[in-house]
Amino acid sequence: MTDLIDLYERMAIIRRTEKAAQDLFLAGLIKGTTHLAAGHEAVAVGANDALRADDYVFATYRGHHHAIARGATPEECLAELMSKATGICKAKGGSMHLTKADANMLGSYAIVGSHLPMAVGAAWSATLRGTDQVAVAFFGDGATNIGAFHEALNLAAVWRLPVLFVCENNLYMEYTPIGSVTAVANPAADRAPAYGLPAEVIDGNDVLVVRDAVARAAQRARDGGGPTVLEARTYRHYGHSRTDPAKYRPEDEVRQWLERDPLTLARAKLLEQGVPEEEIAERDAHAERVVAAAVDAAKSAPDADPREAFTDVWADGSATWRT
Amino acid sequence: MADMTANRESVTVTTYRESVAEGIAREMRRDPTVVCLGEDIGAAEGVFKTTVGLFKEFGPRRVWDTPISEQAIVGAAMGAAMTGLRPVAEIMFSDFLACCWDYLANEIPKVRYMTGGQLSVPLVVRTANGGGLGFGAQHSQAVENWAFTVPGLKVVAPSTPADVVGLMASAIRSDDPVVFFEHKGLFASKGPAAPPDHVVPLGEAAVVRSGTDVTLVALASTVPVALAAAEALAAEGVSVEVIDLRCLVPLDMRTVLESVQRTSRLVIVEENPYQGGWGGTVASIVADEGFELLDAPIRRVAAACVPLPFADALEDQVIPTVSTVTEAVRRLAAY
Repeated sequence: MTDLIDLYERMAIIRRTEKAAQDLFLAGLIKGTTHLAAGHEAVAVGANDALRADDYVFATYRGHHHAIARGATPEECLAELMSKATGICKAKGGSMHLTKADANMLGSYAIVGSHLPMAVGAAWSATLRGTDQVAVAFFGDGATNIGAFHEALNLAAVWRLPVLFVCENNLYMEYTPIGSVTAVANPAADRAPAYGLPAEVIDGNDVLVVRDAVARAAQRARDGGGPTVLEARTYRHYGHSRTDPAKYRPEDEVRQWLERDPLTLARAKLLEQGVPEEEIAERDAHAERVVAAAVDAAKSAPDADPREAFTDVWADGSATWRT
Repeated sequence: MADMTANRESVTVTTYRESVAEGIAREMRRDPTVVCLGEDIGAAEGVFKTTVGLFKEFGPRRVWDTPISEQAIVGAAMGAAMTGLRPVAEIMFSDFLACCWDYLANEIPKVRYMTGGQLSVPLVVRTANGGGLGFGAQHSQAVENWAFTVPGLKVVAPSTPADVVGLMASAIRSDDPVVFFEHKGLFASKGPAAPPDHVVPLGEAAVVRSGTDVTLVALASTVPVALAAAEALAAEGVSVEVIDLRCLVPLDMRTVLESVQRTSRLVIVEENPYQGGWGGTVASIVADEGFELLDAPIRRVAAACVPLPFADALEDQVIPTVSTVTEAVRRLAAY
């Protein structure tokens, strides 16, 4: 188990990477769109610390934090966002599809809910191959109202597969409060009983709470106990995407959640544990340096090679579809 | 004597339906990572009896009955394919591909590319396609053109029992995702059984009848229609060459263009609708790259652009028949 100070540093690196992504986007150096995960760091870092390197992770278009938690470097992620040849997906994926397959982070998917059945399939595969790997699908609250969520939970339950469904409930389905479009109060956890699955609503901003809950669920899955639904309550620091200022969120609500920032909570706990302020400051400074260097490296990397448009369609590397 | 034995074996006759199960079983025997999932495929042995014997031979750990959850079936197949298995997923009727179209349009064909080659999804989605059995508008469509519109999918549609086995072997062994269209109207049809270890490479069309006057390009159910038309036209002195494409992706245009070089006339016979049908692409390539080879306009005989009707008398109006194909070829030969 990793020390809290190290978890804090990982969260700090993700936070600064997201800030850098926002700054680069506003400066016109990142095109398309971004869906930043600042505020969600504790879910990715806490969960990853409870998982093994051979476990499978599937994420959404708001997935930078999962890629980095799983071992992707800020540099290869920012290079991807900046359309550089050194991008983690050779600049063919972009912000919404960060993937680190060699760390079993098997993709970020931008069709809401689509990856839940994939995680079920990865868990099925682990079972058939006789391993005790688990598969984890991270998804937003908005995904709980789509058919694939319900099909995945049922199939995973019926086949009793080692899969964790981890909802990052940040209270908003894009621009709309999730509560106003969902029949139950806890969009993921309250659906679990319909599939006979255990569920827990947890504080998604407390990295140790997340780690403990994921560790319990993963152990149950490895022991043959089947799937678990975890609903981690958290909050976005930025808007839904791009330049969304998120004006639809009440000021009081924003203030209360920012007071419960996962980094603030972790810092308070560290001080309680007697970790000196200087050590925390040094970790912050380290994160700052790592991300500043990543920004510089990404900026100076070569642009994507246009020839790459015609590779990686097929297994032989080509794009040939006819004779 | 050995040769005579071989000859006797090679003329063993089987059905297209039995060949589906045979093709899957052969691959499951040679590769333990091949697994099947779908609705009613296990203990019930498939609603079309195309998985007969698999559950008995390979057991519930490799032949999985699923709920009616097309997204979960194909999504789970994708996750399993990324993590070391070669899943063969069945979507009972090809019309139901629409229920899991996200996976076929957005996920499976894109994931290798959009991850810069990090992920691979070696899977097969099998499905019963096409009309002729009077199942009405939601269970009779020929939708091979749906899959044909998506870069990143290989598309296979065999017309004979031996090709079912040989193309199934290539599809399952392929590291690319394959949509495998089995034609409902052909399930009862018979032909020579596939010899042992029979493998038909993806993307190789077959010239199934040689001719000199007109080239007929066909796929799956339209192959026997084209052959019957060719036979009728031979009696009138028109020599028709029939090409069975066998796959839409990879598309074997070399074989088509070589044939058009001999005949100078081309008719394309499709069961999918004229509107957006695959024949439009074949015609455009021939017009683009083979214009000088042609002595007449390219003709397409495809399904009418209406939903598939129920009654035989109506369905016959919509789907290409031997008489509509014969008439089209006759007119083109006289052009």
